[in-house]
Amino acid sequence: MKSLEDLKRIREQAQAQIKLRTQEANTKIIVGMGTCGIAAGARETLMAILDELSKRNIQDVVVTQTGCVGLCEYEPLVNVVKPGQPKITYMKVTPERARQIVASHIVNDQIINEWVLSTEEGA
Amino acid sequence: MAIIRTNVLICAGSACVSSRAYDFKTALLEALEEAGIKEEVNVVDTGCIGTCDLGPVAIVYPDGIFYVHLKPEDAKVIVNEHLLKGRVVNRLLYQQPMTKEVFPSLSEIDFIVRQKRIVLRNMGVIDPESIEEYIAKEGYQALAKALTMSPEDVIDTVKKSGLRGRGGAGFPTGLKWELTRKATGNPKYVICNGDEGDPGAFMDRSVLEGDPHSIIEGMMIAGYAVGASKGFFYVRAEYPLAIKRIENALEQARSYGLIGENILGTDFSFDIELRRGSGAFVCGEETALIASIEGGRGEPRPRPPYPANRGLWDSPTVINNVETLANISPIILNGAEWFSSTGTEKSKGTKVFALAGKVNNTGLIEVPFGTTLGEIIFDVGGGIPGGKKFKAAQTGGPSGGCIPAEYLDLPIDYESLKQIGAIVGSGGLIIMDEDTCMVDVARFFLEFTQSESCGKCPPCRVGTRKMLDILERIVNGEGEEGDIERLIELGEEIRRDSLCGLGQTAPNPVLSTIRFFRDEYEAHIREKRCPAKSCRALIAYQVIPDKCRGCGICARVCPVGAAQGKPREIYHIDTGLCIKCGDCFAKCPFGAIEKADLVLEKV
Ligand SMILES: Cc1cc2nc3c(=O)[nH]c(=O)nc-3n(C[C@H](O)[C@H](O)[C@H](O)COP(=O)(O)O)c2cc1C
Ligand code: SF4
Ligand code: SF4
Ligand code: FES
Ligand code: FES
Repeated sequence: MKSLEDLKRIREQAQAQIKLRTQEANTKIIVGMGTCGIAAGARETLMAILDELSKRNIQDVVVTQTGCVGLCEYEPLVNVVKPGQPKITYMKVTPERARQIVASHIVNDQIINEWVLSTEEGA
Repeated sequence: MAIIRTNVLICAGSACVSSRAYDFKTALLEALEEAGIKEEVNVVDTGCIGTCDLGPVAIVYPDGIFYVHLKPEDAKVIVNEHLLKGRVVNRLLYQQPMTKEVFPSLSEIDFIVRQKRIVLRNMGVIDPESIEEYIAKEGYQALAKALTMSPEDVIDTVKKSGLRGRGGAGFPTGLKWELTRKATGNPKYVICNGDEGDPGAFMDRSVLEGDPHSIIEGMMIAGYAVGASKGFFYVRAEYPLAIKRIENALEQARSYGLIGENILGTDFSFDIELRRGSGAFVCGEETALIASIEGGRGEPRPRPPYPANRGLWDSPTVINNVETLANISPIILNGAEWFSSTGTEKSKGTKVFALAGKVNNTGLIEVPFGTTLGEIIFDVGGGIPGGKKFKAAQTGGPSGGCIPAEYLDLPIDYESLKQIGAIVGSGGLIIMDEDTCMVDVARFFLEFTQSESCGKCPPCRVGTRKMLDILERIVNGEGEEGDIERLIELGEEIRRDSLCGLGQTAPNPVLSTIRFFRDEYEAHIREKRCPAKSCRALIAYQVIPDKCRGCGICARVCPVGAAQGKPREIYHIDTGLCIKCGDCFAKCPFGAIEKADLVLEKV
């Protein structure tokens, strides 16, 4: 390392590595991962979301999981919580739907109404 | 490549390692492999989170879930439930000892919420063995910034911040640097004092283990400021993990060119060596430490001249404590005003304490100066266990004094503690409850300093021996009228006439307990009675007949057959045989055994 620029470069590279521990969570995406969720393909959905976020280099979104919520026939379920907005629950989220949710809801703030199962105020 | 969606940070501090954190880690890696999600989860070591009694501990990000008391067999459950299905494993969460409330996330628990973490900023966040992660958390940015400033400006910033030395004496750090810069003589040196001799203290060890690069960076900034190009770590040999992490960090910094010649393309060059200390308490004293690095005997010499003028190999030398150095980078990066906005009028910033003794949450904590003892004990520490009453706290270890209950609301800083005869010290903080005998506490610390006296000067060597003899007589019920006065007189002589800080401060625990608990000394001397019922020679174990159910457990646990009786009848204890181990007292299921004053027994 010979200069400030070198240090900056290493820093930017390394920040991705610790991002999960330090980021301030603005938006949260929560994937239902109960037994039937997993059977319905929730893991593929989760991975598609992570892949899409990383392709688009979106930094301030936290992706977590939750257990069974008792709505098995609508699985895989995905919740999106944006600050100051109601919690949106999407149903039957295939990997393809998941990518579109990221593109539309996360990036452009456009909720995809036809897949919405429920909307919960104050979440 | 799969995308990493979760980070599991496992504490790899000494305490957690000795409670088998690495076995848990191995089990976790195996369980991840088995579940086929190894690629998605990054398992990382991190520095001491402070909750060492709860170890091994781990944090799962991004949610920040905090798991405690982890066993290897818990790894599978965490993987299958939490990491695969998103269900937090409730039975492994932290439970507040008093309220039994359960807290899932680290950032919510009382122990952490009440802290302000400047020195401990990276503990639980980064891997101490990864320079890249340190750099990601602003690491070496302060050095880069300092190199664009003039050395005088760096010193000025540290002066204005109000930072004072955390090694015990509280000397203003900026001023120390200025004196060293202005001193004539070349080359100049920087020393990091990581001797940490206070028994029961582990602040410096934890920081060296958990964030070694932050100390390296602090030393380099000190070097640039005073015009030194060589630094030394002095770390006690009993800290093998700290030594390993420092050596690893030095190697990484060297390979990145962050230490060496022409750092970051500037004229500044700096290198650092590590020296192991033998672990003698006196070697933490700066002149003794310097003698020890030079290869001589670790004995103090009179000051002045101070190390700033004549230190290592007679050259001007800055010697700073680990925690002092950990504060440097944040000060340079965020500015003097940012730092001085925390703390009190004359004590700026935070202090790290090793909270120990009779308190629910023990461990490593960092709080702003001006926090009260009560806040530390009851808010951060979660109160006194077993519904007992708080009696006093000992700060500054063997060089310090006690703070009695009437000062629970006193804001803690250098001045306030000095006024009541205690000191901030390096950060040992021992909480004592009503069962603690203050005469015995004084005896304990004096025994320590007496045995650590290097023997070079008679007031310290002989004087502490005389004081210890008196204290031993008192706790054995052989105290005499006039002993208290003799202790005070001896104490003041030793304070005045000793060569180094060890002797000068050795009488403090005695003088301070006499100041606040003179009645306890008097009870031992005049009535041969220990009010806390702790001194073995002055108590007798006895059965309370009304409470005894004749279960016979006491007779079974007693190692010498002193607890006697027939099943379902009232038992009794033969005081002549009893060796006062207290086993029966601890084991009686009905609380039917009490500690009584021995004198009363005899009548
Ligand atoms: C007996 C004795 C033991 C000491 N032990 C330590 C120690 O373990 N660590 C430490 O940093 N300072 C210790 N000191 C204080 C050092 O002499 C010195 O003041 C300190 O390292 C200066 O650093 P600071 O200004 O950053 O606090 C000790 C002093 C005495 C008298
Ligand atoms: S253990 Fe307690 S209750 Fe049982 S016999 Fe001994 S004193 Fe009595
Ligand atoms: S204190 Fe120990 S020695 Fe004495 S009676 Fe109880 S168990 Fe026996
Ligand atoms: S397991 Fe998914 S809703 Fe029940
Ligand atoms: S060593 Fe693990 S919490 Fe302190």
